[in-house]
Amino acid sequence: MSPAVEVLVRTVAVLAAFLVLPLLVGQTEHKVMAHMQGRLGPMYAGGFHGWAQLVADGVKFAQKEDVTPAAADRPVFRLAPAVGLVPYLVALAAVPLSPGLVGADAPASAVLVLAATAVGILGTLMAGWASANKYSLLGAMRAAAQLLSYELPLVLAVASVCLAAGSLSLTAIAGAWSPWWLLWQLPGAFVFLVAAVAELQRPPFDMPVADSELVFGAYTEYTGLRFAFFLLAEYAGIVLMSLLFAVLYLGGWKGPLSGDLGWLWTLLKGFVVSVLVIWMRVAWPRLREDQLQRLAWLGLVPLALLQLALTGVWVVATA
Amino acid sequence: MGQTGEVTTTDGPRELTVGMGAGGLATADMVLNIGPQHPATHGVLRLRIVVDGERIITAEPVVGYMHRGAEKLFEVRDYRQIIVLANRHDWLSAFANELGVVLGVEQMLGLEVPERAVWARTLLAELNRVLNHLMFLGSYPLELGAITPIFYAFREREELQAVMEEASGGRMHYMFNRVGGLKEDLPAGWLDRVTHAVRAVRGRLPDLEALISGNEILEARTRGIGLLSPEAVAAYGVSGPIARASGVDMDLRRDAPYLAYPELFAPGGPGRVVTRTAGDCLARLEVLLEQVHVSLDLADACVERMRSLPQGPVNVRLPKVLKVPEGDLYTATENPLGFNGYYLVSRGEKTPWRLKLRSASFNNIGVLRELLPGALISDMVAILGSTFFVVGDIDK
Repeated sequence: MSPAVEVLVRTVAVLAAFLVLPLLVGQTEHKVMAHMQGRLGPMYAGGFHGWAQLVADGVKFAQKEDVTPAAADRPVFRLAPAVGLVPYLVALAAVPLSPGLVGADAPASAVLVLAATAVGILGTLMAGWASANKYSLLGAMRAAAQLLSYELPLVLAVASVCLAAGSLSLTAIAGAWSPWWLLWQLPGAFVFLVAAVAELQRPPFDMPVADSELVFGAYTEYTGLRFAFFLLAEYAGIVLMSLLFAVLYLGGWKGPLSGDLGWLWTLLKGFVVSVLVIWMRVAWPRLREDQLQRLAWLGLVPLALLQLALTGVWVVATA
Repeated sequence: MGQTGEVTTTDGPRELTVGMGAGGLATADMVLNIGPQHPATHGVLRLRIVVDGERIITAEPVVGYMHRGAEKLFEVRDYRQIIVLANRHDWLSAFANELGVVLGVEQMLGLEVPERAVWARTLLAELNRVLNHLMFLGSYPLELGAITPIFYAFREREELQAVMEEASGGRMHYMFNRVGGLKEDLPAGWLDRVTHAVRAVRGRLPDLEALISGNEILEARTRGIGLLSPEAVAAYGVSGPIARASGVDMDLRRDAPYLAYPELFAPGGPGRVVTRTAGDCLARLEVLLEQVHVSLDLADACVERMRSLPQGPVNVRLPKVLKVPEGDLYTATENPLGFNGYYLVSRGEKTPWRLKLRSASFNNIGVLRELLPGALISDMVAILGSTFFVVGDIDK
């Protein structure tokens, strides 16, 4: 295969995964949440248990008028959804499903993924500022405040795993994983999960969108496809963080028959984490922004540092 | 505001970590209109708040977007027609709203209502109270971001609404009261179905409670938030569960009993007045939750009593044109949300000369201008929701 064709195939594959996996998570959220709440969820679209509901939603969004408020900062307003969405696409390309199955096998993929996802929040900030809406602005300010609280614990938690594996490559990290890590890296895994949910602005950390307070935060003024892009970014974010969690803490493709079906193991583990993220939304109310800050600085950061020290001591002691 | 404002705001300005570091930037206070169209205002309440970052400096409830001139409309309707109107202002407590009108008119007419009707009214009023409280037990967590309790609450509401509907034909605006009793007798076997529904609701209530009480996040959002002092309760005429959550032990069912409440709230009876002393959002929610249990107990007691009552009429035959003798009377009842009063002035005609409506929510949200300053916007939603208001009950 010539390099050009290979690049094309990889790009299309990543793009396909990027479009399909969030829809799967979205549909799972519809159905899992519904059944947890004693409802059925979508039942009609597509015939069988409403499988095509999100496709129908997509069609609806595509048909809607694309409104830019008169007072909005036009170019920024229109660019924001792309800034929010594309980083997750870039990051997804670097997440391996199995040793041979990865969009782009970067040497320091853990750093690349963290760096790329950190850009996504800019889309929210741009949207909030450019909307010329007070609720949007408040939502963006909350998102900015939230950024401070999750980014550091997230990086520290990943640093610990990298230290344990002795590599910055996600493929190598999952390769070095052993079941013993489940216990050893447990505090870090907890910190990562909490920080990831905060980054995704999912309940209980959905203060930036808080529908009962800020209408829909930074996304209030968005309609049609641009709004859909923000939604897609949220679910792509869940996919990305869940897969990342699976690769970093659950051994990715390791499991029975991992030779042939390793990618399935990664997807399955990621899917379980996604369901966990969905479950949180069903079970819990929303924290206040300052309570998240408190949790982050008094809970997550010390815990992550402790994990880092623990990992460091163990690695040095066993070296 | 001024001095009294200090009493009820939260304990000093908390450390604010939300928003941008404004050290070097010139900041300006922002006026934010919450409503009249806003997800947290249950309709068309409007709050005009001035915020510094996310901290509220002043808050002013602006009411009247749903004013329908109910009191004026009362004056051109006869007493049967008034019931239709009067059950509408608080659409979650329709049966309780009807009661005040008919009790007042009956008293002015000197009517003796059959005992079966008295107990049936009490039963329906308590079921109505449970329906009302379940609504808020679902919607309040929703405002705090918990999306599940409302589905649990509505499942229980559905159970009770089915029996209410079977008896009255209505699911919301029952129109089951008449001057002199009830519209018609209760369906055969209905009492068994009430017992069954009450048992089902009581059995599944722990599901709902497990989601609400003891949840760390919910407690973090409500404990110590929106402290309402007994003095402010008295100053603003706050009543109902909100007042009782501040330690104000008053409940008209016990203190000025009507219907069958003297017996139910007598020593040894199932009735008791639920109070808390904290006066914060959590206390208000707890009062509501416990009142559901009490009301279910009361409903059971009513059913038991009705089984032992002999068959007989549930209303009194009245002339086609009902004229209330000249005079005036204030009738207050303990509605689910607080005191609901009708001041009826009659000049001996078939319509009242004046019928003044005192509704619970109007007074209860008045106190918001004391509760909100000093709180964050997130707290604003917690406090607003915990005043358990119905916009129709505010605007009449």
